[in-house]
Order: sequence, then structure tokens, then C-alpha cells
Amino acid sequence: MAALARKPATTIPFGYGAEAVARPNEPAWLTSKRAAARAVLAAGLPSPRVESWKYTNLQAFATQAFAMLSDGPADAPLALLKQTTIDRPSHRVVFVDGRFAPALSNVGAVPSGVTIRSLDDAISSDEFVVARRFGALADASSNAIAALNAAHGSGGVVIALARGASLTEPVHLVFIATASDRAMAFHPRVLIEAGEGSALTLIESHVSEAGAYWSNPVAEIAVARDATVRHWTLQDQARDATHLALNAVSLAQGARYESVLLAIGAGLARHEFDVAIEGEHAEVSLDGGYLIGGTQHSDHTTRIVHKVGHASTREVYKGVLDGRARGVFQGTIVVEPGADKTDAHQLSRTLMLSVGAEADAKPELMIYADDVKCSHGASSGALDPAQLFYLRSRGIGEAAARALLVEGFIAETIERIADEKVRAYFTRAAGDGLRAHGGALS
Amino acid sequence: MLEIRNLHAKVDGREILQGLDLVINAGEMHAIMGPNGSGKSTLSYVLAGRDGYEVTAGSVLFEGHDLLALKPEERARAGIFLAFQYPVEVPGVPSATFLKTAVNAVRKARGEKEYDAFEFLKLMKAKRDALGMSEDMLKRPLNVGFSGGEKKRNEVLQMALLEPRFMVLDETDSGLDVDALRVVAAGINALRRADRAMLVITHYQRLLDHVRPDVVHILSKGRIVRSGGPELALELEAKGFAGVMPGAAA
Ligand SMILES: Nc1ncnc2c1ncn2[C@@H]1O[C@H](COP(=O)(O)OP(=O)(O)O)[C@@H](O)[C@H]1O
Ligand SMILES: [Mg+2]
Repeated sequence: MAALARKPATTIPFGYGAEAVARPNEPAWLTSKRAAARAVLAAGLPSPRVESWKYTNLQAFATQAFAMLSDGPADAPLALLKQTTIDRPSHRVVFVDGRFAPALSNVGAVPSGVTIRSLDDAISSDEFVVARRFGALADASSNAIAALNAAHGSGGVVIALARGASLTEPVHLVFIATASDRAMAFHPRVLIEAGEGSALTLIESHVSEAGAYWSNPVAEIAVARDATVRHWTLQDQARDATHLALNAVSLAQGARYESVLLAIGAGLARHEFDVAIEGEHAEVSLDGGYLIGGTQHSDHTTRIVHKVGHASTREVYKGVLDGRARGVFQGTIVVEPGADKTDAHQLSRTLMLSVGAEADAKPELMIYADDVKCSHGASSGALDPAQLFYLRSRGIGEAAARALLVEGFIAETIERIADEKVRAYFTRAAGDGLRAHGGALS
Repeated sequence: MLEIRNLHAKVDGREILQGLDLVINAGEMHAIMGPNGSGKSTLSYVLAGRDGYEVTAGSVLFEGHDLLALKPEERARAGIFLAFQYPVEVPGVPSATFLKTAVNAVRKARGEKEYDAFEFLKLMKAKRDALGMSEDMLKRPLNVGFSGGEKKRNEVLQMALLEPRFMVLDETDSGLDVDALRVVAAGINALRRADRAMLVITHYQRLLDHVRPDVVHILSKGRIVRSGGPELALELEAKGFAGVMPGAAA
């Protein structure tokens, strides 16, 4: 494809001051939110001495130079557009190198009460609402990923569903990074408001050409009373990429949030979930699968706070680690005083395919209520020799048998996706990921 | 077809098979009966090539070739099949995916055309119906949540699909109710052919009412201590293992 004509990029300095750098056409509230975030970051990026960053070190990352694309045409390689095509109708919203690409997007007719807009459009038509939601769940003062996104961010998408509104087709957010001579940085912000009794299925794909870049998406997802949000994310980025992502979620009474995350790519990745259960009978389900090799680092840090009782959490993370890869699972579940009848279960499992790989699991249940049912478990092990022998005794070669078992291990995560076509899309990505790791990551 | 000579095998440093001799010709069905712990499953694993089952002496020839030199998958492709006493559960791998992968791996190795998805489904449906297995069962992960009887049917289904030359059935009858036993026995009988042979390991006469072995062997402490015709199984049923051991009072 033709080279892109890009306007000059600005380089991100990792030294921050508290000064407000107003951008052209930017509302004052956004400038001040960015200034506040910069003030937080002025103390520096979190070091491994900070407990929640003990296993993931950003110091080397912060010595890299990243540039931000100020403007320019957004175009994407056909291969990536094809790769992210799901064999079912969806409202497709495409970002290329961090910028909304209307020409590549395809948002169909939506029922009344539903809006899907770029962040810029939403600001110009509904500034007050956006100002209220931006940063309401992703707290820049306490969360470094939120702060980085707020400090540098531009662009994003806003999806709102009014009371009782439902989208039958999923919204597919596609984030594409293209090869570039400079390492680019993208900080998209996704704001979701699922009104009372509404239903939304959100698919996120993060894909790229080879190259170094920094992807820093933040989603704020408010699930109102009796609403349901399903959120299926595929992170399949280049091995030189850094991916620092946060999903900040709040649930009202009877609300449901179901997430399935499949993380295959990036050299250094951290996927955070920060979930606040504000209403009784809310249900949270988090599934995570990661498939990494080489020197990849994949961090999964989740924090779920049960502020009220009679709500449930189910959390299952499964990692496959090969080479010298390092997987991190930090799962905190807090049950606040009085949140009785909380039902929360967490499981972390890793499959170690090489002796050089490393898995760190830190489950943390902080229970301040009496009458609760909570459990957690963590296990780590190699492929089961009995399973391997069983498959080989049927004529399946050793490498193919290993691949089947690894795919099976991850398939349990992917099976949580309720839509067959989307499941097939994730399964394909997992299979490609396995092969890219050079034969079953063995 | 299969010639086992003076086979000695160790598991965990303990000698379990202690000089086993057995010759099975094409077209024959042999039965091995023996008390718990006599080494029946050990023999089946040694034949299938499981790691940790160390052959310390003796030989096994399959159609004149050294079977013990082959990897498990090579044995399967050559036509050896073991129906496991305890089929292994494999979470996350749908039975149907597994079956297709196995059948095509074996066909490819034999120089036959691999089945496409449609051909395979048709084939699987026919074999599955014969064994009274539901389509839904094969969508489930391999053996996960299957009852004992379902697992055994699944073993026979695999056997039918892979079309082996030499089959070892390790207590395929245990855990089956009367109806399931009949179905599984019919599945086994359907595979009998002049160019195939079978070794049926069982505890009970009951299976042998449905599948008729040509030769019955008694295994004790890792060795065959008596062989005879089908009547030996009846004698065993009447007298118990102690009663059929050589030297026991008639
Ligand atoms: N994996 C193993 N590790 C240790 N001992 C084993 C193992 N498999 C079998 N054995 C031992 O070998 C002997 C024979 O077992 P097996 O072949 O399973 O007998 P059978 O099938 O006739 O009941 C028993 O004493 C059993 O405890
Ligand atoms: Mg046994």
C-alpha cells in the first residue's frame, strides 16, 4: 500500500510537569484532566518497589522514545483488515495508529436510544456527558495506566445505550497499528454507558504489523441496573510492542459484566481490570487466556471490589508459557464490610512448556465480611504425560499432540465466548499464535 | 502377526512382566485373564509404547518387525490399537476434533487420502450410530464428564475409525451394564477379520459369552501360566484363579 503522508509527530517525554498543555480545540475540562494526570506522573512511572508493579518493570520501557501522530490520513494494510474480519454482522469501528478511521469503519443502523460515536464527535455534541464520564471509573490519581492514557490521550469511542436499548449485533472495536519508522504511541479511550436493562456485546481487537509501538487503551464501562455487557478482547500485537491496558468497570444492581480476554502478543503487556460492584445481585465473570513465548511478558492484574453483598464473581485465568516468557497473574478480590452473601471464586492456571519460562501468581482475597463464599486456587504444571500418551497412541505425532493439548487448554477460555462466529475468530487467532511461536511453542 | 518372546518389563524399578511368551496369528482372538496386579495392563502399555514401562529383556515382533523400537504414534500407524482400561480425559479437546486428527494422521502415514470435514462426519456418524453414541457426546471434550460406559464405547469407536490390524482391549467390558456390553461386544465382533487379530483382557467370563476367543491364557505374576480353549474361561469362572493354576487339584 502507499506510504502514508503523516503530519509531524510529537515525541512523548517521560518527564512530566504539572503544567497544562492545552491542545487546539480541546475543551478546558479535558486539558485540566490531562494536567492532573501529568501531575500524578511527575513522580515517575511505578517502580517494582510499588507492590502492584512488583513483577512488571516499566523502567526499560520508559527509556524508549515514542511519537504521537498529530494528524493525517488513516489507512491500514488489507491483511490486517481481513485478519480482523469476523464472519458475522457487527458494528465495526476501526482505529489506525490510534486515530479513528471513518472510511474503514462500518457502523450499521442502530435502534433508537443507542449511539456509537468517536470521542471527538461525542465531545462536540454531548460535551457535558462526556466530561462527566471521562475518568469517572478509570482513576488517574491511583492508576498509572489510566494516568498515562489521560495525559497523552486523544481519540476514542463513546457508546451509550439508553434504558432498555439493546444492540443485537456486537460492536467490534478494531485497533490497528501499522509499520512505521518511528515508534508510535496510541492512547484510545473507550467510554461505555449501558443504561438500565440494556445489552451490549463489545469485541476488541488489537492487531498490528511488525514493529515497536506503545498501545495504551483505557475503557470505562458503566453497567447500569439489570444491564448486560459482554466484552471479548483479542490482544494480538507485534512482539516489539508495549501494551498497557485498563478496563475500569462498575456494576449496579443486577448488572452483568462478562469478559473474555485472549492475550497472545506484545513484548511487554499488562492487562488490568478494575471492577467495582456497587449493586446487589450483580455478576462478574472474567476469563483470561495468555499464550506467550520467547521473551514475552504478559501481566494480568485484576481488582474486583464487592462493595455490597449478594453479588458474585467468577474469575479464571489460564496461561501457556514457553521459551523464557513470563506470565503474571495478580488477582485481588475485596469484600467490603457488610457485603454479606458474596460469592467469589478465582482460579489461575499456567501450563509451562519450557524450563526457562516463569509464572508468578498472586491471588489476594481481602475479606471484611463474615457470611461469604470465597475461594481461590493457583496451579502451574507441564503437559500431562498421560494425556500426551493417549493422543500419541492414536497415531497423532508428538508435536501435533502437544499442540492439541495446548489449544485445548486455551480453548476452555475461548469457549466462554457465547457467539460461535466470534469464538471461531478467537480460536483462529490462538491457532495462528501457536504456530507463530514455532510449532506448539515447544 | 504378533510374537512376544520372553518379555521382561519394569515399572518404577519393579519387574512386573517376568518372561512372557505369546504368539497370536492373524484372524485369531486371544483372551488374557488374570488376577488384579498380575500385569495385564502393564503388558498392554508395553505393547502401546508408554513411557516408564521399561523392557529389560525379550522381544516383540509385529508382522516380523521390532515393535519395541517404534514410538507410540508409529505403532498406532502400523496398526496397533490399545483400548485403555482407563481412557484419559482431555479437557478442551473436542472428541470429534481428536478423532479426525487421529484418523487422518493414521491414514496419511498409510498413504491413504485424508478425509475432509464432510467425509469424516459421514463416516463418524455411521460408526457412532452403530455404537449408540449421540452426536452431542462427540462435541464434548474428549472423555470429560463421560460415564464409565461412555468412555468404553468411545474406545471402541476410535478402534472402529482407525481400522487397526492388532487390537488390545484392556478390560473394555468393566463398568458396562448388560445392554452396553452387548453393544460394545457387537462393535468388537464387527472388527474381526481374517487379516486382523485381537487380544482381549478381561476379568470375567461375561464378555466371553459375546465375543468368542480362540485361545484363553491365564496370566499370573507377569507370565502366562496356562493356556487353553474357550473352556478354560468357564473353568476359571467355576473354580477361581487359584483353581486353574497349574498344579492345582483338578
Ligand atoms: N505406573 C505404575 N507405577 C507403579 N506401579 C505400577 C504402575 N503400573 C502398574 N504398577 C504395578 O504393577 C503391577 C501390575 O499392574 P497392572 O499391570 O496394572 O495389573 P493388572 O492390569 O493385571 O491389574 C501392580 O502391582 C501395580 O501396582
Ligand atoms: Mg489392569
